[in-house]
Amino acid sequence: MARLGEIVDSVTSKNAGPFWITIDIRCGDPERFAAIRQALTTEHAAACCGVPPAELKRFEIAPLSVIKFSLRRTSVQGAPTDRDMHGAQHANLFRELEIPGHEGPAP
Amino acid sequence: MPTRVLIPSGVLGLGFDTDALARGINGKPDIICIDGGSTDSGPHSLGTGTSKYARGVCKAEWRALMRARAEAGVPLVIGSAGTCGTDATVDWMFDITREVAHELGQSVRVARLYSSQPPDRIAAAHSAGRLIAIDPAPEIDAEGIASMSNIVALAGAEQIQAALATGADIVIAGRTTDTALIAALPLQNGEAAGPAWHAAKIAECGAFCTTRPKSGVVMVEIDDSGFTVEPMDPTAACTPETVFAHMLYENADPFRLAEPGGHLDVTDARYDALGDRRVRAEGAQWVPRPYTVKLEGARRVGFQTMMLAILREKRYVRNARLWAERLREMLLPRIEAQLGCPPDTFGMETRLIGIDAALGALEQRVADPLEVGVLMIITAETQALAEDIARLANPFLLHCPLTDDEPMPTFAFPLSPAHSNRGAVFEFALNHELALDDPMEAFRLEVTEVGHGQAG
Repeated sequence: MARLGEIVDSVTSKNAGPFWITIDIRCGDPERFAAIRQALTTEHAAACCGVPPAELKRFEIAPLSVIKFSLRRTSVQGAPTDRDMHGAQHANLFRELEIPGHEGPAP
Repeated sequence: MPTRVLIPSGVLGLGFDTDALARGINGKPDIICIDGGSTDSGPHSLGTGTSKYARGVCKAEWRALMRARAEAGVPLVIGSAGTCGTDATVDWMFDITREVAHELGQSVRVARLYSSQPPDRIAAAHSAGRLIAIDPAPEIDAEGIASMSNIVALAGAEQIQAALATGADIVIAGRTTDTALIAALPLQNGEAAGPAWHAAKIAECGAFCTTRPKSGVVMVEIDDSGFTVEPMDPTAACTPETVFAHMLYENADPFRLAEPGGHLDVTDARYDALGDRRVRAEGAQWVPRPYTVKLEGARRVGFQTMMLAILREKRYVRNARLWAERLREMLLPRIEAQLGCPPDTFGMETRLIGIDAALGALEQRVADPLEVGVLMIITAETQALAEDIARLANPFLLHCPLTDDEPMPTFAFPLSPAHSNRGAVFEFALNHELALDDPMEAFRLEVTEVGHGQAG
């Protein structure tokens, strides 16, 4: 099985103010967008963020072939428990998600 | 008549292409607007009322902008001055402005817009039901509000317009929404509200909406039906995709943006290429609502001391988690017995760099690192106590064995002293809006003639 980061053009994440993190998945073209929007369920994405699916806002932006998720930060940005001031590491969790129905690169 | 706004960069201190700035001035802007701040680096700037960027860097860039302003003969506006936009950082930016004016021999009228909020005003608004929680809002009460180090309100277009109405050549604004500075003049000139706010959101990070983000400078031209955006670096281009994509950036909802007095809705916006480098956007809506301004507040949560050790021996690297738990079990009773601090009166974390330091419990990958960095972070009520806990922990962090029956190990301490005091640490403690009857009621303006040969 391939990982999301191997299939799409880019995955980034960033704070959206001190209380939210937003994750942008740029699929690259309409074909990959159509495939990823089917394969990447909100449940799947929520599990990788450690929150219930209802905590995730999902946006599908067809003109840009982008799937976007936003969630409340579990540690407010910069609080003593926060490990990642800019929220940029969530992108790694998504890059490494296994996407069913896609072959990984040849070993 | 369309209104042209020149945006030299996403933030003062980040740099811009000076040739592109010159090209922007040739394009005859009606105003030059630059943001000076953000919450993106964390609560320390607001907690302390200090700038994140170096003074010398801000001064050098501000000098270039003050020169450009004099050449263009139009107002220059900076919002969220000094990162956090407190009264102290507005005055910091004013000092820089005064120095540059003297050095360049310029005489300028400077309006300062102050955004800091006295805690008693916010406490009174809280008890009067004039604070509106934004999701997710921290719990607040009168005591919590009183204990905040700094509170600022984010000014909107109305307050920037009031500052421009003083006839100011330069406006130094405290905390402002990133978009309000750009939207203020077009709105005042009667351009369409939806496109004015939409253009402001697209251009707020300078050239981030182009193919070459580092070039900095963009021009937006707003009229009564839409706006056009163009990068001032001839090798950069705006495409419908780069422009639309900027709606996603640092934005939890890419179609809706809350502002003082309303929200921007871009659900029906259309983006069309004008040639190879410019984009025309139309269709954004402005949806008015009762007037509120967003608040930001920072509260001190303690003082920190940190230490760094490195595990290199294979068995310790492989068992780093177990080792860290054992270290904690050894330390907690000693800290209580010798320093009189029960475990619930301070914080002590050991983050394992190489294992899961960035993501904690969310980390999915397991690897076999060569070495593991042990970042120990101690948070206590006073700096002296945090430092004492670190001093007590020092020999254990250096020598803690995995089991009782083995020779005492020694790990790598890269620094002497092994601990560093980090000073006060803060947290963002407000995510609320303040309802206002008059946009200026929570802001104040001061106008000063500054310049060569004057006391200023």
